[in-house]
Amino acid sequence: MKSDARLTRREDTVAERYVMSIDQGTTSTRCILFDHGGRLVSVTQREHKQHFPRPGWVEHDATEIWRNLEQIGPKALAQAGIGSGEVAAVGIANQRETTVLWDRHTGIPVTRAVVWQDTRTDMLVEELARRPDAYIVEDLCGLHLATYFSAPTIRWLLDHTPGLRERADRGDVLFGTMESWLIWKLTGGPDGGVHVTDVTNASRTLLMNINNLSWDDTLLDFFGVPRAMLPEIRPSAQTYGVATRVMPGVRIAAALGDQQAALFGQTCFAVGEAKCTYGTGSFLLLNTGHEPIRSTHGLLTTVGYQIGDEPAVYAMEGSIAVTGALVQWFRDGLGLIGTAPEIETMARSVGDNGGCYIVPAFSGLFAPHWRSEARGIIVGLTSYITKGHLARAVLEATGWQTREVVDAMNADSGLDLRTLNVDGGMTANNLLMQFIADVLNVPVVRPMVAETVSLGAAYAAGLAVGYWPDLEGLRRNWHRAAQWLPAMDPALRAREYDNWQRAVERTFDWIKPHEE
Amino acid sequence: MPGPVQSIERAAAILRLLAQGSGRLGLSEIANSLGLARGTAHGILRTLQMVGFVEQDEATGKYQLGAALLHLGTSYLDVNELRSRAINWADALAARSGEAVRIGTHLQGKLLVVHHVFRPDDTLQTLDVGVLLPMHATAMGKVLLAYDANAAAAVPDGDLEPFSRRTIRTTKELTRALSGIREVGWAADVEETTVGEASVAAPIRGYGGLVVGAMGISGPVERLCDPHNRPRPDLVTFVRDAARAVSRDLGAPRW
Ligand SMILES: Nc1ncnc2c1ncn2[C@@H]1O[C@H](COP(=O)(O)OP(=O)(O)O)[C@@H](O)[C@H]1O
Ligand SMILES: [Mg+2]
Repeated sequence: MKSDARLTRREDTVAERYVMSIDQGTTSTRCILFDHGGRLVSVTQREHKQHFPRPGWVEHDATEIWRNLEQIGPKALAQAGIGSGEVAAVGIANQRETTVLWDRHTGIPVTRAVVWQDTRTDMLVEELARRPDAYIVEDLCGLHLATYFSAPTIRWLLDHTPGLRERADRGDVLFGTMESWLIWKLTGGPDGGVHVTDVTNASRTLLMNINNLSWDDTLLDFFGVPRAMLPEIRPSAQTYGVATRVMPGVRIAAALGDQQAALFGQTCFAVGEAKCTYGTGSFLLLNTGHEPIRSTHGLLTTVGYQIGDEPAVYAMEGSIAVTGALVQWFRDGLGLIGTAPEIETMARSVGDNGGCYIVPAFSGLFAPHWRSEARGIIVGLTSYITKGHLARAVLEATGWQTREVVDAMNADSGLDLRTLNVDGGMTANNLLMQFIADVLNVPVVRPMVAETVSLGAAYAAGLAVGYWPDLEGLRRNWHRAAQWLPAMDPALRAREYDNWQRAVERTFDWIKPHEE
Repeated sequence: MPGPVQSIERAAAILRLLAQGSGRLGLSEIANSLGLARGTAHGILRTLQMVGFVEQDEATGKYQLGAALLHLGTSYLDVNELRSRAINWADALAARSGEAVRIGTHLQGKLLVVHHVFRPDDTLQTLDVGVLLPMHATAMGKVLLAYDANAAAAVPDGDLEPFSRRTIRTTKELTRALSGIREVGWAADVEETTVGEASVAAPIRGYGGLVVGAMGISGPVERLCDPHNRPRPDLVTFVRDAARAVSRDLGAPRW
């Protein structure tokens, strides 16, 4: 028996030459095939529509995202010229917290998915925060009570959609973040779809106990969320099921929140290793090992990853809501550029910011401030300011927000960050990467695979099915692709940071309490 | 000589129509104005949309002139966009070949480095994005000279600046080298810029097959070349495949 099993496995590795990743991000969904060296073999991508139905509301259509995956999955295989039989496993990384509710019998979403940037729950969150037992939330789950996370959104949807609470109580309506939705759809949907989430995604709901990694009755009670709608919590790397659609026969063997996937893809496996991913928002994560460490400077405690039955690895996180999203607003909202990368061309048309600062508190401010009542501002406007200066201010906002979370992390850990490992779509922007090195006064390093989120999901899936043997092997795949060294005059840095901080203060207290 | 191409005439008429008046027209209005079947008009509009000459308003479905047409006189593809679109394949090329990767475009008679991926050995290296290199002495520069008529036109007649014993010295010699490059679809520079260094490059194409840049690897001659100083075929294949992958993502037809 035993030798038989081994034989089959050896044959498998001959045929299964690739691992697939699905990166279901905030702006787009990507499908990438990696070979054994962690090198990209094919990549397909599709943007989905951002719905902004009211100020502060941000929605996605979960069905559109599923259809995008139906397109790009087979296309990625075709691009590599292979069939799904040559794929050892697929791993999923996803935008976190975004809430999908769907009918378990029809597979149709009940409402549009409510995106993590959405602030519709601000009054609800304020109400909940005033309850005498509100302190238990942070104690139990390690997160701040904020609009950002899923539980208030679920509660809001249950309260505002007629008949929904009854259906949820009966277990007719399921909740999931994007990975749960996609895994359920891939494994058959109403026909035997598997309803699971992983520890990293569950750790972003406000409903999971950060110490024992299970749904917590006290939290479910506090938010009024019925247990019947919740997925089962699983490790980040484990075979959850086999796809029956899109890539039939392929094992679905990993799921992680995109930021945790990037931590994994950067091979930050040791305590003290950190990375920052620059996408729609930007997220600095620090591996803190097997203990959940509490921040005193506005950072979150979250799960980093859990491989099979091994103990979970925790992380401390500095979340910035709006970085690439500001570039997107410059493109779509203002129409000043045609594509995101053109922001660099426009920014380089001038030598500095001309005294102008943009604080993009579109969803309030996340780490380290956690001010949900803040809203965005542009300050320092004079007749001198051109669109070039605004473009610079857009990019600099990402730099200064990074500085704030790095300062918080240094204060919490008592150590000074010595280099910043970066990845994500914005790392193609040289002006921005140089500016980040300048304002942090440390080297900024980009690894050989800019799509680190995808790589992390692939790594976890490959580990789960034995395609890669261990973490050490993965570490050897990491190589430096680019490095930016700090070159800013310290006096200028100090002056500019002071201006930035004064600009930030001016965003506070904009939304007045109890104003709809 | 063959007569005029009907679909191009029609496309030109559609652009003229959109350039007049309010500039936003629906499919039926366009088809009616030009006396075309709706299907025919739609096919032409979709092609014009693909190349960026026409845009369709999402809400109303109406057509208008596209941004690419308005910027026809300036840069074809923003260099920062080229970097963003090529970054994944440039990384993969560096990982496969084990060598440093660069992407370059033509700028006023020079080769402008717009992207650089370090050699994946984690040694100390410095980003040289923004650096200008000679066109006639680098593989990337020669690729651009071979395929980009504007770049070729910027080369002065007569003697070329030598950087080593192997640099191409005369425009006549250069012309011959370029036709060889067009024949095989890639270029090499073996010790033509720096003694002991070699590079291999291939063209990056955009819509319609227009060459928008070059992508290549560079490193020591003993690693990039065989004992006869000829670029290793496996490395040439890596470079060409990577440049082709970027081209496909940019919308170039297959070649
Ligand atoms: N060259 C660039 N310069 C600045 N911003 C960019 C650039 N390229 C992409 N972006 C921004 O990065 C974001 C996309 O990056 P990505 O990592 O795919 O994000 P996400 O996973 O959150 O969807 C978009 O918000 C876009 O505006
Ligand atoms: Mg992403």
